[in-house]
Amino acid sequence: MNSKIIHGVNVVKEFDGVRVVDGIDFWVKQEEFLTILGPSGCGKTTTLRMIGGFETPTSGEILFDGKSITDLPPYQRPINTVFQRYALFPHMDIYENIAFGLRIKKLPESEVRDRVSNMLKLVELDGFEKRSVRSLSGGQQQRIAIARALVNEPKVLLLDEPLGALDLKLRKEMQYELKSMQQELGITFIYVTHDQEEALTMSDKIIIMNDGRIQQIGSPIDIYNEPENAFVADFIGESNILDGIMHEDYLVSFAGGTFKCVDSGFSRNENIEVVIRPEDIVFTKPEDGMITGIVDTIKFKGVHYEMIVMQGETEWMIHSTDMVQEGTEVGLHFDPDEIHIMKKVKKNV
Amino acid sequence: MSRWLKRIYASVIFLFLYAPIIVLIIFSFNAGKYSGNWEGFSLKWYQALLTDRSIMKALYYTVLIAVLSSLISTVIGTLAALGIHHMKPLRKNIMLNVNNIPVLNPDIVTGVALMTLFGFFKMQFGVSTLLIAHITFNIPYVILSVLPKLKQLPADALEAAMDLGATPWYAFRKVIFPEILPGIITGALIAFTLSVDDFVISFFTTGGGVTNLSIAIFAMARRGIKPVINALSTLMFGTVLGLLLIINARSGDVTELDV
Amino acid sequence: MFRKHSAFPYVLWSAVFIIIPLLLVAGYSVTTKDSQTGEVLLSLENYQKFFDPLYIKVLWRSVRLAGQATIICLALGYPMAMILANMPVKKQRTAALLFILPMWMNFLLRTYAWMSILGKNGIVNRVLEFLHLPQGHFLYNEGAVLLGMVYNFLPFMVLPIYTVLTKIDVSLIEAAEDLGANAATVLRYIIVPLSVPGIISGITMVFMPAVSTFVISALLGGGQFMLVGNLVEQQFLLVNNWHFGSAISMILMVLILISMAVLNRYDTSSEKEVNMI
Repeated sequence: MNSKIIHGVNVVKEFDGVRVVDGIDFWVKQEEFLTILGPSGCGKTTTLRMIGGFETPTSGEILFDGKSITDLPPYQRPINTVFQRYALFPHMDIYENIAFGLRIKKLPESEVRDRVSNMLKLVELDGFEKRSVRSLSGGQQQRIAIARALVNEPKVLLLDEPLGALDLKLRKEMQYELKSMQQELGITFIYVTHDQEEALTMSDKIIIMNDGRIQQIGSPIDIYNEPENAFVADFIGESNILDGIMHEDYLVSFAGGTFKCVDSGFSRNENIEVVIRPEDIVFTKPEDGMITGIVDTIKFKGVHYEMIVMQGETEWMIHSTDMVQEGTEVGLHFDPDEIHIMKKVKKNV
Repeated sequence: MSRWLKRIYASVIFLFLYAPIIVLIIFSFNAGKYSGNWEGFSLKWYQALLTDRSIMKALYYTVLIAVLSSLISTVIGTLAALGIHHMKPLRKNIMLNVNNIPVLNPDIVTGVALMTLFGFFKMQFGVSTLLIAHITFNIPYVILSVLPKLKQLPADALEAAMDLGATPWYAFRKVIFPEILPGIITGALIAFTLSVDDFVISFFTTGGGVTNLSIAIFAMARRGIKPVINALSTLMFGTVLGLLLIINARSGDVTELDV
Repeated sequence: MFRKHSAFPYVLWSAVFIIIPLLLVAGYSVTTKDSQTGEVLLSLENYQKFFDPLYIKVLWRSVRLAGQATIICLALGYPMAMILANMPVKKQRTAALLFILPMWMNFLLRTYAWMSILGKNGIVNRVLEFLHLPQGHFLYNEGAVLLGMVYNFLPFMVLPIYTVLTKIDVSLIEAAEDLGANAATVLRYIIVPLSVPGIISGITMVFMPAVSTFVISALLGGGQFMLVGNLVEQQFLLVNNWHFGSAISMILMVLILISMAVLNRYDTSSEKEVNMI
């Protein structure tokens, strides 16, 4: 039950001499919801396409349940894909679209009918069998694309930024629906997106990629709370990132002060980077603060205020429900376990 | 599909397309008359070609008619496109359908119809009737090249220009004309090409000794194998090839001329 | 403003040189001239004359040959269009250009070329002689005319299909493969159905000129070989019976109109502009 159902071993993909995917190792376990997250051009879509069989790795292996599928064409892999722009067949109606994969498997028509009908119920588009693709809204097309893939009962479902073209509210709804579908059906999902909030909401495990390399692998909580390098810290959530020196275990200097922290294992006086989340900083009276500064700007974000406090030349971002006027002198406070230390060089996993 | 199968197939088709032309070219240098017998290298057919008065005359008329008809049809056609673009839907539809008639009708029907017209009004068949015929089948293509360019213009471009102080003529010159110019040029080129290449319509609408290249070739070919035609083909092929290379080098991308 | 009237010259021109000629042809087709009195009478005699087996045979032969040529062009042309569409983009432009180049050669020259190849003293017979095989009469028969048609019109079938194929969204093919379709299935259920507008275009651009040609039949079929086009030419230029000739022209136009109507039924694309340019 916990076997690695997809395992990518030292996968490299080169296009015209450029290494779009630079030797990565990754795996996903059965029934897991894995998200590959990263900015445009980081190699996440290429990686997904290699799993699906639409690109062949320049070197390295892709294993399915232990067996190599690296050279198998897409139609021989027990994997299905939900494409970014749905790729519904315009010359077929909804029923034919969903039935396509089943017909190829030569299932009896009665079973095809049952499965299609059940799928349509699952995506809440009951009765849409005879509709044309053109007549559907973006959100509806999205769900049909999902139905068309899932009806084949694949072991693994690949999703290539499927919610990108939907408006915000619909996107959030679909995120919940996808997650509950995944848990209900017990299928392994491999999801690709550049939206970190989406990844944090839905995933069991996240792989963050940049420049063709894996930056960090972990659960949403781990990645958010314990970013392993500056890239991850910056990409996930908002961060204050500052240069600092690790004097000794549990003691760090930055922003003109020395503070206790909870990290260890660095060399004496090593140059490091410090990450503090804006929501972990609280306002105090200037004389009680670990840092003092002047409030520079305030933005109302609905959920909280986002305030920039200038400590000399250094900028601090604070998220708080307390509003402090521009120009006020304030003190800032954060707890030792809210100071995250990271090595200065980006790690390759 | 195996790569080699694809390559072989494509090569066969290309060979099929080019073989006749290559045969024509090679045997234009044949001292002998037939493509079955190579009797040695000779330029005699080229000599014969250049001294053949009927062919030279045909060439003269071909170029004359092509230049005149493409110029005239470009002017009339561009004006027509401008007018049609602003017509109300009903009239526009009618004009567009009428415009399509010479395009959709087989050449022979267009040729015969014009011949009937000229005959009915007892006109003298010659340069004038030939010219009229060429203009008639050229104009639709000019219109079909210019109209899409007009459609691409923002609707209020002219009004915006006038709002900024331009007279209608100035606005046309500086705003509209530059935008539609590519369409006009394409239309003119298509008209020229169609005119040079035309046979059927010209066949029925000319007279009085006025011929063009196609008609001259037809007359000769009807009587059997004439190697002079090979020489002519080679020269024409060279010209066309040269033209296409120049166009390709200049524009860097080939406009889709399904001529 | 001047744009309101700028179409006027053409309106006039088209009325005189497009509409009136056709009306005249229609008029000629329903009249006859009494050879003795010179009187012009309304009559359907010309159409009745056409329904003679002799002429119906000619019409049928034209339709049949044009149909055969169209089918051959489709069979040969579709794979060629696919090969072109799948070429790497840089090679595609050159290949398409090379494909179009023969079309720029004069139509008569291209037809004449086959005369010189298929003739009694032409290359084909020479090669057969060389291989000690019996020589034959490859010219002046139906086969030669068919060959001439296919040769002349093949590019007109390939290009529209090629254009449509290049516009097919690649992700549709990937989606089909993802759902289990192998190359043959993708071709049959995705590519071919989506290329139908191109196929219709190609069929139109081959069948119409093929059914109305008279050059190909005159040069490659010989003086006795009659297609509808030759019939019209004969009536207008030889026999001088413009009435009968007009009737045949009208019948030809009707034939074309019917074919276009039939083909338009199958044209599911929303772009119904003239695909000639």
